[in-house]
Amino acid sequence: MALLQIAEPGQSTAPHEHRLAAGIDLGTTNSLVASVRSGTAEVLNDAQQRPILPSVVHYGAEQTLTGHEALAITDSDTENTIVSVKRFIGRTVADVQKNFSNLPYHLSETDNGVPVFNTAGGQRNAVQVSADILRTLAARAEATLGGELTGVVITVPAYFDDAQRQSTKDAAQLAGLNVLRLLNEPTAAAVAYGLDSGREGLIAVYDLGGGTFDISLLRLDKGVFEVLATGGDSALGGDDFDQLIVHHLKQEFGFDDKVSAKIERQLINAARQAKETLTDSNRADIQIVINGQDYQLTLTRDQLNELIAPLVKRTLLSCKRALKDAEVTADEVIDVVLVGGSTRVPQVRSAVAEFFGKEPLTHIDPDQVVALGAAIQADILAGNKPDSDMLLLDVIPLSLGLETMGGLVEKIIPRNTTIPVAKAQEFTTFKDGQTAMMIHVLQGERELVDHCRSLARFNLLDIPPMAAGAAHIRVTFQVDADGLLSVSAMEKSSGVSASIQVKPSYGLGDTDIADMIQSSMSNAKEDMAARMLREQQVEADRVLEALSQALAADGELLEPSERTKLDDSMEALRIARAGTDKAAIEQAIETVDNASEEFAARRMNKSIRHALSGKSVDSI
Amino acid sequence: MNHFELFDLPQQFTLDAADLQQRYRQLQQAMHPDRFASSGEREKLRAVQRTAQLNDAYQTLRKPLSRAEYILTLRGIDIRHEQQTISDPEFLMAQMEWRERLEEVAASNDLLADIGRAEKDLLEQTAALQSELEQLLEQPTDSANDAATEVVRKLKFMHKLRNELERLEEQAY
Repeated sequence: MALLQIAEPGQSTAPHEHRLAAGIDLGTTNSLVASVRSGTAEVLNDAQQRPILPSVVHYGAEQTLTGHEALAITDSDTENTIVSVKRFIGRTVADVQKNFSNLPYHLSETDNGVPVFNTAGGQRNAVQVSADILRTLAARAEATLGGELTGVVITVPAYFDDAQRQSTKDAAQLAGLNVLRLLNEPTAAAVAYGLDSGREGLIAVYDLGGGTFDISLLRLDKGVFEVLATGGDSALGGDDFDQLIVHHLKQEFGFDDKVSAKIERQLINAARQAKETLTDSNRADIQIVINGQDYQLTLTRDQLNELIAPLVKRTLLSCKRALKDAEVTADEVIDVVLVGGSTRVPQVRSAVAEFFGKEPLTHIDPDQVVALGAAIQADILAGNKPDSDMLLLDVIPLSLGLETMGGLVEKIIPRNTTIPVAKAQEFTTFKDGQTAMMIHVLQGERELVDHCRSLARFNLLDIPPMAAGAAHIRVTFQVDADGLLSVSAMEKSSGVSASIQVKPSYGLGDTDIADMIQSSMSNAKEDMAARMLREQQVEADRVLEALSQALAADGELLEPSERTKLDDSMEALRIARAGTDKAAIEQAIETVDNASEEFAARRMNKSIRHALSGKSVDSI
Repeated sequence: MNHFELFDLPQQFTLDAADLQQRYRQLQQAMHPDRFASSGEREKLRAVQRTAQLNDAYQTLRKPLSRAEYILTLRGIDIRHEQQTISDPEFLMAQMEWRERLEEVAASNDLLADIGRAEKDLLEQTAALQSELEQLLEQPTDSANDAATEVVRKLKFMHKLRNELERLEEQAY
């Protein structure tokens, strides 16, 4: 388990100390980890000097293998070797089977629709498999950097919905990582390119990975990367190209659509190899031995282009829509950046070049650029670059809405709204004495509930009994900088905060995550307690350090008596922090938080005034 | 602090979009949650809430319709949730024509092109209403406020039409 760096009790970490942070690209096919070392972002290789970790995990009866070792046995032990697990994250089995009807796994489903892989090594869900990949990457980073990671930035497709984002964060939590931010992959790529070129203006990032497609349009201006619009398809990528080739092979070889898992895997591997060959050659000779029989076929680049044409067209439609959402045109785009291994396909490159009317940039390795950008942001968020003016403003990719009468969806936060965002909506009761109400939150662009993704059902309970229509319940939907939704509610006339019971439409609840963390520990009970204590201690250190720095900078904003009160609460926290009573630390943190509330508000006012006065100096 | 005060701008409809954007970015630099990544949970949550307010303020002031509505709210006229309809017969007639046109567009063989043409006409009519609004909001009299309110109601109709066009376009993808 990766842990946070902890200073001696009572001492804050020295301000100049470099904190270890990493950017992780958790990809469908391959994953990478990168970090800023001596001022430069670089991908961290494994012991064999390989940058890529195949996103493959093998669960054998004896052992669990990740990466290259797992990849090597996908052909021989297909059922127990999970590939492209990102396809499953935050999804149901039915979702995945829409595109991949012939999955080689023994799948079952929990009551909540979470897919479960039944392997020789036991039952695993996508969060657990992803956590195993993250653990391997974090261990690599810690070995290379020579210390424990303070935190990580993990990239996700911009088009990931709330359930997929939440599941990714759950996986990090399970792997014991402190997530500084979930960062959208195209935004990460824009950071790597933008800082590299120093050019300002509108840039488009076309990101076609193994299983997902994203298009993002960003405006770069004086260190601010403002995403104007994003679009895409979280189930479209290079894997789909492979599927089309596999389908073609089955037809040519005279196979049924449904073949054994082993043959399917052989065909997929052959298809992928042919696709890669066609990047540099005009023809690829396919040769496989299936059940002792030789099968041969030649695939030309023209044939491949024809097969994938409908998918490439789909990506261009998303580009068109994103341009429209951003209220810009293709010729305003100064640079087009290509990201993701699937942009190596020549047909993809030429289609993108034609659409935007300019040659796309590819000089940063499209496999590595996302991890590099994530590393740069991780370095800043960890506090290693206090003077940096880089700021990423991202958007919510899909509209959030509520179910209304007749199975219709009313949008409350439209797609491409800058995050964080909060919207309040008022509801009222329609029966006398009604004390509960259900709110169904959905994500998507369509009008009908059935066509959108159901995120969660919230039960508002404890509404004070009143006449119909008299209670006014104000529900606030908040989306944070990671793109994650939270909901709170309050009855206005009585000021009673209605309690909310969340039932995720599928996916894991908080208790499921806690159970998984517990079961991953050898001596579950004690380890869990130790981990929770440590998390609380880390939080105490953060509070104390941030406040010490703030007091050093702006201490004069406090009257001496206010200062004494705050200092006392901080001293009490230091004492609690040195002990092992988790609840006492929690309590002491709250006391400090309350004592510093007014100070924080004054500081914010000062910094707002400062920010705007900086502006008027600039404009003179 | 109201939205204008947050941006340190005079409380008026006329506004320099580029200047507003610059102020917005400067405030983001000071307020964004990324600036509080190594702070405690409470401070992080506050940063999320403050930035959400900043984003709301920016979006409200950035778009002419919501800016006008907001100014009227500050002047004590809140029409954000009202159901009142428009009495101007000429405008209502034009609305009916628009409805018919939308039906035609929906049935069109060249959906995207027809949507584009309709959008262009819609934008022209919207721009005319906006300049009318700008003049009215400069006058701090009750009658001007009432007239401005009526224009805002009309703009909301235009906005709805725009949304419906967008929905049609959504189906084309």
